[in-house]
Order: sequence, then C-alpha cells, then structure tokens
Amino acid sequence: MSFMDQLPILIIAVPLLGAFLTPILGMMSKKLPRYTSTLFLAVSALLVALMAFEVYGGDGTPIIYTLGSSDPTPFRIVLEIDAFSVFMAIIMAGVSLAVSIYSWSFTDKYTGQDKFYTLILLVVVGSYGMTLTGDLFNLFVFFEISSIALSGLVAFRMNRGESFEAAFKYMMYSTLSGLFLLFAIALLYSQYGVLNIALLAQGITADGFTPLNKVVLALLIGDFAMKAGAVPLHMPSPYAYSESPGGISTLFMAASQAGLYGLFRASFTLFGGAISSMGYAAVGWIVIILGVLSMFIGVTMALVQKDVKRLMAYHCISQTGYILLGVGVGIAVLGDATAMDRYGKAAIEGGLFHTINNALYKGLLFLTAGAMFYATGTRNLNEMRGLGHNMKITTMFFLIGAIAISGIPPSNGFSSKLLIYESVFQFNPALSAIAMFVSVLTLASFVKVFYSAFLGPKMKDKEIKEVPSSMIFGMAILVAAILAFSLFPGLVLDTLIKPAVEALLRAWPIPGGV
Amino acid sequence: MIDMAPYITVAIIIGIGLYICMFKSNLIKIVMGISLIESGVNLFLITLGYRHGAYAPIFTMFNGGIMTLPTPQALTLTSIVIGVATTALLLAFVIKIYRHYGSIDAKDARRLKG
Repeated sequence: MSFMDQLPILIIAVPLLGAFLTPILGMMSKKLPRYTSTLFLAVSALLVALMAFEVYGGDGTPIIYTLGSSDPTPFRIVLEIDAFSVFMAIIMAGVSLAVSIYSWSFTDKYTGQDKFYTLILLVVVGSYGMTLTGDLFNLFVFFEISSIALSGLVAFRMNRGESFEAAFKYMMYSTLSGLFLLFAIALLYSQYGVLNIALLAQGITADGFTPLNKVVLALLIGDFAMKAGAVPLHMPSPYAYSESPGGISTLFMAASQAGLYGLFRASFTLFGGAISSMGYAAVGWIVIILGVLSMFIGVTMALVQKDVKRLMAYHCISQTGYILLGVGVGIAVLGDATAMDRYGKAAIEGGLFHTINNALYKGLLFLTAGAMFYATGTRNLNEMRGLGHNMKITTMFFLIGAIAISGIPPSNGFSSKLLIYESVFQFNPALSAIAMFVSVLTLASFVKVFYSAFLGPKMKDKEIKEVPSSMIFGMAILVAAILAFSLFPGLVLDTLIKPAVEALLRAWPIPGGV
Repeated sequence: MIDMAPYITVAIIIGIGLYICMFKSNLIKIVMGISLIESGVNLFLITLGYRHGAYAPIFTMFNGGIMTLPTPQALTLTSIVIGVATTALLLAFVIKIYRHYGSIDAKDARRLKG
C-alpha cells in the first residue's frame, strides 16, 4: 500500500504518538515539549491538508480505510471520510496549531508543561477520531478521549480550587452524556447487530421511525448537544471555558464542534434516510429550537457578565445557536425536495460556513481574552482599562474579532450570517428576525468589552506590556484566516463548504459493498 | 419473564444512578451515581450478546451448539477501561476540591458564579 492510502489512520496516529512521546521528551528539557508537540500538530495538519486534497479532488464518494486489512467489510474497524469529515478536521488542525504556538509563552510561568502539551495532543486525537471514524463505537471512544483530556486541561491550574470545581462539573456532564451515547449505540446494536454507520443507516432507513429509533435519535441529539454546549445542556460550558488557561478555551471550542459534527452526522447520514422518506420535520424543529434557545439565552447571559472569559463563553454558546438554526432548517426540509433546493441547501451552507467562521473569530477572541489576562492578571472587566495604550496589536486583533462576530460587513461573520438570515427567512421569517436581534445584542456586548477594557486612561497600579511574540503569532494565524475568509467568501463557499454539504446529504456507501 | 429480568435490572440500576446524580449534593455520591449508570450500561451491552445455554466465544472450548456474541463483550471491556479512567479522574477532582474548599458538598463548592 502506498503512503496516500494510509493517510486516514496517520492523521490519528501521529498526534497520538506525539502525546505519548511528549512526557519522555519533557524529562530531557523543560522547553522541548512545546516545540515537539507543535511539530507533531503541524505534521498532522499537513496530513489533514493532503487528505483534503484527495477527498475534495475526488468524485464525492467517501474514502474508506479498513484497519489492518485491504479488504473492507463493515465488521472490521473502518474509517470513512467524506468532505464533511475533512472539513471539521481542517478546523481542528488550524485551531490546534494556533493554540499550541500561542501557549509557548503563555505557559512559561507554569510547571508541568509536558503534561499540558500531552493533553492538547490527546484532545486533538479525540476530535480527529470523532470526525474520521465510520464506526459508532469508535465515535464513543474518541468522544471520551476528548472529554477526559479536556477536563484535565480545565483543571490545569492546580493552585486554584475553582479549576477543579469547573473540571468536575464538565467531567460529570460529559461522562453522563458519554454513557447515554453508549446506551444509544447499544440500542442500535441490539436491533441491527452492527456498529458501522453506513450499514446502520441502511437498516434505519428500511425500518423507519420505530419507537426505539426515536429514543436512539433523542439520546444522540442530547449527547452531542451537550458536547457542543447548546442551551438546555450548556451548564458546565461557561465554567469550563472561563477556568481553562489561556488558549485552551479556544481548543475547547474547537473540540466541542466535534459535538456538532456528531449531531449532524446522526441526523443526516444515520437518520437522514428515515427522516426524508417519512417527511418528518419534527427532528429539524427540535434542532431549530435548541439553536434559537442557545442564541438568545447565550447572548442575554453574556450581556450581564463582568468576567471577560465567561462573557465570551456565553457568546460561544450563542454562536453555536446560529449553526444549529441554519442546519436545523436543512434537517426540517429533508423530506421536501423543492424546499431543499430553494433554501434548505443554502441554510446548511450557512450553518457550516458559520462553523468554520465561529472557530476562527471566537478562537481569536478567546486568545485575546487570554492576552488580556496575561497582561493584567485579572479577568474582571471592571478592574481593567486603557489596555489600548500599550497593547496595540492585541487591541487591533480584538477589534477584528469583534467586528467578525457581530456580523459587520465585509467580515466573514457577515457572509455566513447573511446566508443564514436569507435562507431561514424563507422557512420562517420570525426565526430570522430573532437571529438578527441576537446579532445586534452581540455587537452591544462587544462594544461594552472594547470600551471598558481597551479605552480610557492607563491603569495606574500596573505597568501594562504587549504580550510576547509567540502569543501574537498564534493570534495572527487566526487573523490571517479571518481576513482571507472575509475577502474571498465566495471562493471559500464554493471550494470548501458546498462539497461538504453535498457529502452530508448523500448516503454513505457500505464498506465492501455488502 | 425471566428473560426480561436483566433488562429490568438495567433500568433499575440506571434509574438509581440518575436519581443520585440529580438529587444528591455529596460529590462522592455523585461519582457513585455515575459509576452505577456505567454498570447499568455495561450490563445492558453484555445482555445483548448473551444467549441461554451458549458457550463462551473461545474456539478451543467449542464443541457444537451455540456461542455467545463476542462483539458486545469486547465493547464492554473497552467501556469498563474508560469507566475506570473517568471514575479515577472524578475522584481525584473530589480530593482536590476537598483540599481547596474543605468540603465535598456541592452546595459549598460554588465559588464560580455569574
């Protein structure tokens, strides 16, 4: 077999190898782990890019990789990769690289850096695994890897009791949702005797919505909504985001988007056939309601926060709501071919475009919040002011992020929000109006942060300095991507998003064609 | 009726676990609740592959008749290993919370607000 054939498993194996090498390298030198782990992340990002060229260049059929054999059957361990999987992996690759470079200086003061980078690599393994697998049980295993590593990172600052409080909350919720995910998988296994997603989808499409399948879908949507941080299950997210050190909030957000991947994979690839053949709009409406609740409650909670990272965490929940709203409309019109062509596809495109945009600008904003904490030593907005005098680059980066998240033209946030507004308006004008209103509140909230943290006289009691160059460089990667996406939204939409939407709407072929 | 017994046990165990997670404020009890749910799910997986009077899926012991399904057992083993990791990590968090707050009651351990 050639090197290109082994790509799918290498994407998962390279960061996993890195994760277990990092503590050994950490024994040799304190600073070595940060460079080697970034190298491992860069290599796996390169592999994801190669994979993307292969998948996007193909005719749209998913690439099937069977572990330990060249003969694919659905009963082996199978990775199944289409454009949507690669799309989510690209997000993780870019964000994790920026975060690891950003953390070089941020973790300078901390001990245990080798463990820190080990956990970062494990989170990345979990996300890649969740997005690339073709097997529901592997999805569960990678879900747990990502949850356990993330809660370890949340508890990283061991001198604070608050970190453990947040980590315990997150761990408890994610373990519970992991167990119910396993229960849902067991329910599917009991009916069809397989774990392969493509084969399960075939069985579910033939059976339709039996009561047991309804339970399974409800459990899957609930579990993945928790992982993504959507509203009725958002409770641990603000704690975990605000307590995780610096760039980890960004990594956290990228990892929780693997939850969105699971939700969309479950509702399109796994249950899409059953939903469309029965014209079942209720599933779509459930996702839409989750989205609207997340949007609205997230932004209203953000308005009253004083802690800058907690504020951004609530905005993150609110932005997840936009994604769920867009894709939810797509799920609601799955059974209606004319509506799908008229606005359904545009809604899913808007949702997926917003996913990558959200990862970029929300990631950047979390990094600037980390920089604000690094410079001032506090997260309280009432205690910081006048940072713009000395932190000019961070101020500029914050402004770019704030403009993008508020959807001000010509930013990339504007293009994806416009797609969502337009398509959702044709489905139900009221939903579109709520989305626009939430966008206004988002702008108001970021104007408040900008005003109270960056403007005003200098802080008297503390000498504020610009953050070190590695933190600037980490933020600059995301800024460059935001600018590129803002300048060429059409190009991104045509080359990156549309194939992913097509892949999502297509049924997966069964490995080995059984 | 006796065929249904494992499923009823699964429902009872998961129900008790959920009750503990929702209504108890002692953090160690919450970890115990999670552990109970995990056992319930594992029992459910094992029950799916079991057939009455069947052999264990080991080929050298096999001399005719039916074998139990090995896949759910492999899944359960994986799930147990993951469960050990999560329980250990949760208990480690509880120890650390006790050191910092002097209490393992969820009502006392809430400095994070807003």
